[in-house]
Amino acid sequence: MKFKKYLLLISTLFLALILLSGCGQKPLSKQNILDNDKESKTITWGVKADTKLIGLIDVKDGEDKGFEIDLAKAITKKMLGKDAKAKFVTVTSQSRIPLLKNGNIDAIIATMTITPDREKVLDFSDSYFDAGQSILVKDGSDVKKVSDLNGKTVIGVVGSNSVQNVQKYAPDAKVLQLPDYAQAMTALKSGQGDALTTDNVILAGMAVQNPGYVVQGKPFTVEPYGIGINKGQDDFKQAINKALEEVIKDGEYNKLIKKWFGDVPGFNYKEVLRYD
Amino acid sequence: MQTFIDAYSPVNILFLLKGLLVTIEISVISLVISFILGSVLGIIRYSKIPYFSKFIGLIIDIVRNLPLLLIIFFTYFGLPAFGFKPDTIPAAILAISVFESMMIAEIIRSGINAVDIGQMEASRANGMTFIQAMWHVVLPQAYKKMIPALVSQFISLIKDTSLATIIVVPELMQHGQVVYGQDPNFIVPIFVAMAVMYFVVCYALSLLSKVIDRRMA
Amino acid sequence: MIKLFVDNWSQFLTGFGWTLLSSVLALFFSLILGSFFAILEVIPNKFARIVGNVYVEIFRNIPLLVITMFFYLVIPMYVVKINGFAAGTIGLTIYTSAFIAETVRAGINSVDVGQMEASRSNGMTYVQAMRYIVLPQAFKYVIPPLGNQFVNLVKNSSVLAFVAGFDLMYQGNSIASTTFETVNTYFVVAIFYLIITLPISYYMQHLERKIV
Repeated sequence: MKFKKYLLLISTLFLALILLSGCGQKPLSKQNILDNDKESKTITWGVKADTKLIGLIDVKDGEDKGFEIDLAKAITKKMLGKDAKAKFVTVTSQSRIPLLKNGNIDAIIATMTITPDREKVLDFSDSYFDAGQSILVKDGSDVKKVSDLNGKTVIGVVGSNSVQNVQKYAPDAKVLQLPDYAQAMTALKSGQGDALTTDNVILAGMAVQNPGYVVQGKPFTVEPYGIGINKGQDDFKQAINKALEEVIKDGEYNKLIKKWFGDVPGFNYKEVLRYD
Repeated sequence: MQTFIDAYSPVNILFLLKGLLVTIEISVISLVISFILGSVLGIIRYSKIPYFSKFIGLIIDIVRNLPLLLIIFFTYFGLPAFGFKPDTIPAAILAISVFESMMIAEIIRSGINAVDIGQMEASRANGMTFIQAMWHVVLPQAYKKMIPALVSQFISLIKDTSLATIIVVPELMQHGQVVYGQDPNFIVPIFVAMAVMYFVVCYALSLLSKVIDRRMA
Repeated sequence: MIKLFVDNWSQFLTGFGWTLLSSVLALFFSLILGSFFAILEVIPNKFARIVGNVYVEIFRNIPLLVITMFFYLVIPMYVVKINGFAAGTIGLTIYTSAFIAETVRAGINSVDVGQMEASRSNGMTYVQAMRYIVLPQAFKYVIPPLGNQFVNLVKNSSVLAFVAGFDLMYQGNSIASTTFETVNTYFVVAIFYLIITLPISYYMQHLERKIV
């Protein structure tokens, strides 16, 4: 009997410990992310790792590389000084918002369009890139424009707003949502769908990797990308906007655009250059 | 044939092996935690402490009847609400450990049940405490009976780590997806490589268990 | 949480239906496939035994996700076009059949050898003895473990979410990413899974106790 009492005691203590540890933390809304980051000289960014030109894991060294990665590094340096560090956490379209709301990451820079729905749950910085939704098809496909997708199967990614958009432009299209862009592209190649839809810059990267696939027609939406920030972090938001403006003003932004999109077939980088 | 040679470039193989290393790391840590935690929970459930054992039993039954994928989501997306923000690898270890503990607790409990109840009573009558009887008499016999079930659970654990790819844990499945995502021509060779790597690890474990089984018999 | 369910009930129920359908189909076919390979493993023929063993060992030691993704991405590229639901269900069937083969084989082995010998000496062929004497007894013995396999199958069917198989987990992901109510959505999903798995699991515990 002694043993059972002992067990009971231990487990009660254990439970109490779990409950207490939950109360110890300051809630996220009461913290000032900017102050935290200034102290640690680090900003934790949620980034893509499966999107060529934007954010893609390099198999050689395991590093994430792309336009958004470079931009995040530049913004970090402008905000916290030259010795500041940008820490990267890989997110998917599905996981980025929960991770931001939970505080695993400080900000999202992961091809996220500023939409009214998302603005209900988080804040956005000024737009840092103007993309537009388009479709990727096999060369010679009879899908020429988005309305041709009616009655066809189109592949998208869980958590991206392209999935909701395409239902507006082609209401009779059947939509399949896959976990990430690598799976989506492979599924298109396997014939699981007639087209893949998402933003033109992402598709341009896919077309580079996969000869025989083309981005079809002009973009049919405007998708301004913004950096996602938790609500109530106005200091942090202002600091990001200021840093972003500086990056654009001193020409670093255009340099990055040219570096990543300078010679991508089917994508006119001059349209997205920014002058003040 | 050429695609196989291209796909198995040193860079790609190294990348896959790095993933395999993470898979093994997650598996080993989760295996140790879930064996210990599972044993404790199984014994608690067996020992029928008023209310408490019932309560633990209920938790075991709920968790082990849910898909691991959901437990992973709850751990990674739900826990931070309680002030604990794990990175992907710790989150995966935690989710897999909790889930497998509950599965193992059930195995342990039915293993103890299978040891004749007279053994426990006789030991107690001979002046042993509950713990002594459990530790010296019942458990050694129970574990021996449970080895096949435990081993196949451990193999499931290794295989289940592949589900962690959903939260982008850099394990074998995820690294495989990265490689064939960057060049879909490599898809067949990469699937073959992944299958072989998983098979070797899992099969090695089952061979090891056969050796142990023979030693103990 | 209740509001979340009320707003999205049709999507949750659709997912529930696909999950159930996939699990039942996979159970049916994996029983057939699993029994077949179990018999291969016990018949007195070396070649058959090797085939049975190799099949079981391969599919017991490779993750379900690898098998499923293979059917979703590779098979359509080179062999025949199948959609996510079919690919997922085929993956589940093959994966589960390896476990069922092990279970059924153990069941057959647990039937006394004398039964087979007696049937043979009474003039039955090997197939007849297997079909009418050994297998019926073996199946009675393996019902609880098979029930547990079905519970595993329902849980494992969540891999359909990786291949757009319309199942409960897929719908859950989709709802979570449009409502941004991640944890609540997965709570509702969890309840739906428990509706299937808990009763079966408790019933099997009850059966096990009766047999012991």
